[in-house]
Amino acid sequence: MDLVATVLDGILLGGLYALFASGLSLIFGVMRLVNTAHGDLIVLSAFIALVVTDRLGVHPLVSLVLVVPLMALLGYGLQRGIFNRTLGSDILPSVLVSFGLTVLLQNALLQIFSADSRRLQAGNLETLHIDLPGGMAVGVLPCLMFIVALIVIGGLQLLLYHTELGRAFRSVSDDQETAQLMGINNAHLFGLAMALSLAIVSVAGVFLGIRTNFDPSIGPTRLIFAFEAIIIGGLGDLWGTLVGGVILGVAQTLGARINPGYQILAGHLVFLAILTLRPQGFFAKLR
Amino acid sequence: MNEAVQIERSTRISRLFAAFGLLLLLFLIIAPFYLGRSELYLLVEIFSYLALASLWNLLAGYTGLASVGQQGFVGLGGYSLFALTIFFRMPPIVAVLAAGIVAALLAVPTTWVIFRLKGAYFAIGTWVVAEVYRLVFAQVSALGAGSGTSLPTQVVQSIAPTRAARDNLIYWTGLGLVVAVLAVSYLILRSRWGLALTAIRDSESAAESVGVDNYRTKFLIYFLTAGATGSVGALISMQKLRISPEAAFSVNDWTAFVVFIVVIGGIGRMEGPLIGTIVFFLLRGFLADLGPWYLMLLGAFAIFITLTMPKGIAGWLAERFDLDLFPLRRRVRLPKLKSKDSTHSALVDDSTVLPT
Repeated sequence: MDLVATVLDGILLGGLYALFASGLSLIFGVMRLVNTAHGDLIVLSAFIALVVTDRLGVHPLVSLVLVVPLMALLGYGLQRGIFNRTLGSDILPSVLVSFGLTVLLQNALLQIFSADSRRLQAGNLETLHIDLPGGMAVGVLPCLMFIVALIVIGGLQLLLYHTELGRAFRSVSDDQETAQLMGINNAHLFGLAMALSLAIVSVAGVFLGIRTNFDPSIGPTRLIFAFEAIIIGGLGDLWGTLVGGVILGVAQTLGARINPGYQILAGHLVFLAILTLRPQGFFAKLR
Repeated sequence: MNEAVQIERSTRISRLFAAFGLLLLLFLIIAPFYLGRSELYLLVEIFSYLALASLWNLLAGYTGLASVGQQGFVGLGGYSLFALTIFFRMPPIVAVLAAGIVAALLAVPTTWVIFRLKGAYFAIGTWVVAEVYRLVFAQVSALGAGSGTSLPTQVVQSIAPTRAARDNLIYWTGLGLVVAVLAVSYLILRSRWGLALTAIRDSESAAESVGVDNYRTKFLIYFLTAGATGSVGALISMQKLRISPEAAFSVNDWTAFVVFIVVIGGIGRMEGPLIGTIVFFLLRGFLADLGPWYLMLLGAFAIFITLTMPKGIAGWLAERFDLDLFPLRRRVRLPKLKSKDSTHSALVDDSTVLPT
């Protein structure tokens, strides 16, 4: 029964990883941009939520009302001001710029908030749980994270395949020049994609901040989790990314069960094994 | 024969630079006789960064393998030095080379995994592998696990019995390593092989179509740079006499700074890492007291250079003043034009253009 509980924990943790990953997957899909500062932006939004909850005395989930639009605005600005100028057939400039952004963000957060570990206080939500048959219990917070991940991914799917904006996203993804000829303003559209990505990032950041301690240095590891979930699931498939997140989450909780030091290592090893055996991931689009 | 079109590689500037380089090398070889301990220490640091930057430039700038996981090999090299000297009583200077071999051997299984990824995914894949190495060494209790360990006294004394002799020996090892890295990079880039590297960077399918074996070429360059990076890592840990997973596998110290050096100096040019290393250490010298502000400035500066000067300082100099310190390109001299600046350089070996 203990084992079942561990796996269940891992599955729900996968929801958080899918949240980390779907924003990254979206911008890669739309404009072939890999933002290595993605993890640091997750941490940034956790810190913004910290400031908002401190100043206004609101619940972290309520702070999303402010954090989401702020991060979306930042995303639009970053894309129009910086990232749009790095796009092209060569990916090196975007890697270099986002690497610069990583160091910039980490040290800015270090300067403002110091290296101390912080946490978002979510009151009851941290301890509330639902009793399951067999003496098991499952936390309300992990369930909520998983449900939010389902909603975000479902919403993204709806947006991409059933709205005009989604059609525009898919068309620039297929062929940027032709899309532009059809009257799409690529620069603006890329800005919107990044805004959407960072809106998702801010939700992920707030959940991260409620679930665990965070400090300015933990961003890169979150980026790696996001990246692993995407590759395991198969590039370009959002539901696949959720499955990837779940596989990663289960690998980590099982690893931690053997030895707490193995938690992250177990996730990496499962990722490398899958990459070696099935490099296209489980749900790769045949595009 | 005066009328014939001449093809030349070296220019007056590059010949002058070669003479200057040899002179500088001479002064560096005898540096322990006129420099103090802290200056030598700083020079070894400079050599380490110059070597790491040149190696990363070879990978990313010339071959298009944008690895952000080179800290994995720095750490492997450092830990190999500790393991080889502590457990196998290998002489430390020999262990610097042996650590490079260990790193190169571990690069082989690494390529099986990461060469399945392309572009930016390749980049993050290399990072994951480096993290795996870090987490594995954080579990090895014989080497201090997560908190690391110091080099035991008898090993330190086996480098050389006195402190001054140790400092000098470490210094000469560092100098030898960086000179070897620069010389081998130069020879590779002048060879047919160097041409194959840039061909792969510019277009994989075009390279394949003219007979380049892409996989083999990329594998060999990754293998070689991993080995050399491992030796540099061993040197760094020998200089510090201490190792820990966090420091030895630090992505900021051994990849981010190295990337910044290459980007600021000029990616895809041999002069780039040289200029970048000088700029990096000047900035560090003046600004390191600012703490996080210094690193923020460095990050912002790297972004600014990438956006405004994609070829870095060296690329800008080359375009502005037609300056090539390392004669890697062939130039065509057209004899009929007589004015002094009629030397047209035709990029037979295009080592300057990075597609943007």
